[in-house]
Amino acid sequence: MIKNTNRYPYLLLLPIFLILGSIVFYPIGYAIYLSLNNYVLTRPLEIGFSGLSNYIKILTKDALFLRSLLRTGKWVFWTISLELLLGLIAAWLLNREFRGRNIVRSVILLPWVFPSVLTGLVWVWMLDDSHGVMNDILFKLHLIDNFIPWLSQSGTALYSVIIAQVWHGTPFFIIMILAAMQSIPVELYEAAKIDGANRWQEFWHITWPAILPTTLIVTLLRTIWTASYVEHIQIMTGGGPGESTLTLPLYIFRKAYSYLDFGYGASLSMILIIMLSGLVWVYLRLIKGYKQ
Amino acid sequence: MKKKIDFSRIMTLYLPLFLLLLFALFPYIWTILSSIKPESELFARQIHYLPQSPTFQNYISLFKFTNFSKYLANSIVVALSTVLVAITVSTLAAYSFARFSFPMKNILLLIVLVTTMFPKILLIIPLFKIFAYLKMMNTYTALILAHSTFAIPFSVWMLTGYLEMIPKQLDEAAWIDGCTKTQVLFKIILPIMAPGLAATIVYIFIQSWNDYLYAVMFTSDITVRTLPIGLKMFMGKFEINYGWLTAGGVITSLPIVLFFFLVQKHLVKGLTAGSVKQ
Repeated sequence: MIKNTNRYPYLLLLPIFLILGSIVFYPIGYAIYLSLNNYVLTRPLEIGFSGLSNYIKILTKDALFLRSLLRTGKWVFWTISLELLLGLIAAWLLNREFRGRNIVRSVILLPWVFPSVLTGLVWVWMLDDSHGVMNDILFKLHLIDNFIPWLSQSGTALYSVIIAQVWHGTPFFIIMILAAMQSIPVELYEAAKIDGANRWQEFWHITWPAILPTTLIVTLLRTIWTASYVEHIQIMTGGGPGESTLTLPLYIFRKAYSYLDFGYGASLSMILIIMLSGLVWVYLRLIKGYKQ
Repeated sequence: MKKKIDFSRIMTLYLPLFLLLLFALFPYIWTILSSIKPESELFARQIHYLPQSPTFQNYISLFKFTNFSKYLANSIVVALSTVLVAITVSTLAAYSFARFSFPMKNILLLIVLVTTMFPKILLIIPLFKIFAYLKMMNTYTALILAHSTFAIPFSVWMLTGYLEMIPKQLDEAAWIDGCTKTQVLFKIILPIMAPGLAATIVYIFIQSWNDYLYAVMFTSDITVRTLPIGLKMFMGKFEINYGWLTAGGVITSLPIVLFFFLVQKHLVKGLTAGSVKQ
């Protein structure tokens, strides 16, 4: 071995850590610092160190924080449950033999690459209260009596955005779960058939245990991403009507973008990241466990 | 010869598949159909599913009367530059992680991979401050750097996965033939993992092309604004120009759908290898 080979792997890593250091790690450190400051861009005279006062205010006085947090829970729960359910069904169907399977397998992933702005805007168009095709279809199926303003009434707005989010996110579940299903040896199913197992028993005793690790990991990943996702909600409702679709990430975005209240916004995002890091920790434990 | 119709197969396979496909494709189909309808049909009292008098007027006026082509050009510049930056540094990093063992390797890899889980929303505030301080607001550079925050970790995730699929014996054979470690990367590994590289490039390109949050935060006018902002602009305060919006939507999604189909198989392989087996 030549002496400088020891340095080689680190040299390869130098560029990435220089870049990530300046655009990710340093900014996060800076965000922690900002969160300890009173920092409203439009009020330069009041800018200054304020210790934990932002955090104390959030945790003790900010009712909107608590409501947006609970709403985030609801948003994540319904989105992930529906994506998981649909993803499992779709992967199971796509794992069976039929003609044109390869085409269907790739076409069904298309929503995943649709730009999020466009996803939001097209769903706004389809859910429109006077010219929307969804209302027209539901009306013709006699499921509703008159056109419903899905996005502009507080009872339906959140669920409408959830549908768009599920449309966009389900393919990720399908990709991952289907790949796990494909790695199950065919012999297991053949043996089960000989033993007279029906399709449900096959799924429960062979498929499910085999895909469980992947399913758990994907569910966690999507939960982390969905909990901090802003774009569809921002485009479709902007948090409204009222505050009926205001989740925590959206609240942070509003503080940062509309109010330029960077100190408070940074504190809110620190709280979000602390909660998410619990999930990240579980994710890493799972991966480590399955690797061994 | 008449085949017996398998009723249970239709009910348990073809019908649910059809419904899933309909759900997945309907927004695409509706965007395309809306884009070739004249305004009178888009806002007609009675909704016709197929255009009664199809027209390309929306597309023509989109390029004639709006800044769409400038947004398109900006998006191309930003996405391609992001790809260039991210792929360069990530390939080197992936080579290091997949091929060498050295102290602190696992912790360094962990740091990069955990970065894929950092939400965009966490970075908008500090990056805004930093870009403003460096007088970089509303520049391509700011947007490219911002997009690199998600593009780089994801590229490492995928490229490390692809690299690990290539047998190490190939490297060793090349060493014996007198290749240096750097030559091995460029002459042996990169050509073999070209499909994986292409898939990663497409994935980053799509992520950059689709970004809205950073674009809205770090840009303020037409000089650098990208397509997602342009599309959002068609949504005015009181009315939305759905003709332009859907025509612009078709053009925006066309390249990424094409790229996606080209590399889809390898993309799936890389994603699954990266997340589960890492």
